[in-house]
Amino acid sequence: MAEAKAPTTPRAVARPLSPHLQIYKLTWTMAMSVIHRATGVALYAGTLLLVYWLVSLAAGPDAFATAQAVFGSAIGRFVLFGYTWALLHHLAGGLRHFVWDLGYGYDLKTRMGMARATLIVSGILTVVLWAIGLSVG
Amino acid sequence: MAEFRLPKNSRVTSGKVWPAPAGATRTTLFNIYRYDPDTGNNPRMDSYHVDRDDCGPMVLDALIWIKNNVDATLTFRRSCREGICGSCAMNISGSNTLACTRGIDEVAQNGIVNIYPLPHMPVVKDLVPDLTRFYAQHASVEPWLHTVTPAPEKEWRQSHEDRQKLDGLYECILCACCSTSCPSYWWNGDRYLGPAALLQAYRWLIDSRDEATGERLDGLEDPFRLYRCHTIMNCANACPKGLNPAKAIAEIKQMMVVRQV
Repeated sequence: MAEAKAPTTPRAVARPLSPHLQIYKLTWTMAMSVIHRATGVALYAGTLLLVYWLVSLAAGPDAFATAQAVFGSAIGRFVLFGYTWALLHHLAGGLRHFVWDLGYGYDLKTRMGMARATLIVSGILTVVLWAIGLSVG
Repeated sequence: MAEFRLPKNSRVTSGKVWPAPAGATRTTLFNIYRYDPDTGNNPRMDSYHVDRDDCGPMVLDALIWIKNNVDATLTFRRSCREGICGSCAMNISGSNTLACTRGIDEVAQNGIVNIYPLPHMPVVKDLVPDLTRFYAQHASVEPWLHTVTPAPEKEWRQSHEDRQKLDGLYECILCACCSTSCPSYWWNGDRYLGPAALLQAYRWLIDSRDEATGERLDGLEDPFRLYRCHTIMNCANACPKGLNPAKAIAEIKQMMVVRQV
């Protein structure tokens, strides 16, 4: 295969780069791609929270009580709610990519529908999961 | 790497607002990206009021109307005015498309149309981007028939069914709307081939007459050339011919897997 190299000619003034992210109209699939990446990054931070919780469990009852108090506080619950949503949204996005990798869902209606569904499904699942969690504990 | 901000020499400043044509009752405001390589100044946005009663229905009609009636220095590419040459590809109201096949009323928001050159490209002048690398990438997939068997006396035969596999691929006019709509291509355009070149790569990969399928796949087996596609789908949304490069790329990825099992 040939190399994709553009010939370079020296220029007195560097050509400006045309605007991109600043002007491009956001579409559903584009937005969900950004959010999929962002939730993926957020999951790293979420995993650290999980590790902290487990380590506190191993460290003894006092440390565990502190961890429980942190996660049980208003801010702690808010963060955990966000973590739950990030996880479920990334999961739904992963399923969407799975469908695409199988070779389906590329036409306009399906791809836009799947992108919207990712957001709706992850939102509903998060609320349902928390409703169950709060009613049990 | 992703560089979200524009370089210093590329940030767009405000430009000249041309007066509305006298006596016009129905006008649309066009904000158009201008860059003059002779001055060395930053790009600017100039505003033009187009008299809709004196102008055709398409965005290209408006650009030509401006060039003829208001500002002869406005520079853009155009040729066929019917969506087959791909010259007038540009970013209109936030999406890449052809100016000739897009109606002004389809894209005007509150009577305003914003026009930029194709995104994340070096600008030669005004709405004219430098497509050198884009063409080089197309050439790199060797978009012609490769064979090893001796050429037949007449032509290479192909069944109707095999020919139909090329529908939705061969229609590409190389306007670059898709590649320049792709954020992956924005951030990694030096190494990622982009949707247009990959659509053409697939067009030759599945041509029943081509005998270099393995070599073609070898050439694409690379973390960047092929696998920077993250199914953002801007390519399929932008294509003025209604083609689906994202699907073609997915088919190539499947061919990569299939040949290993």
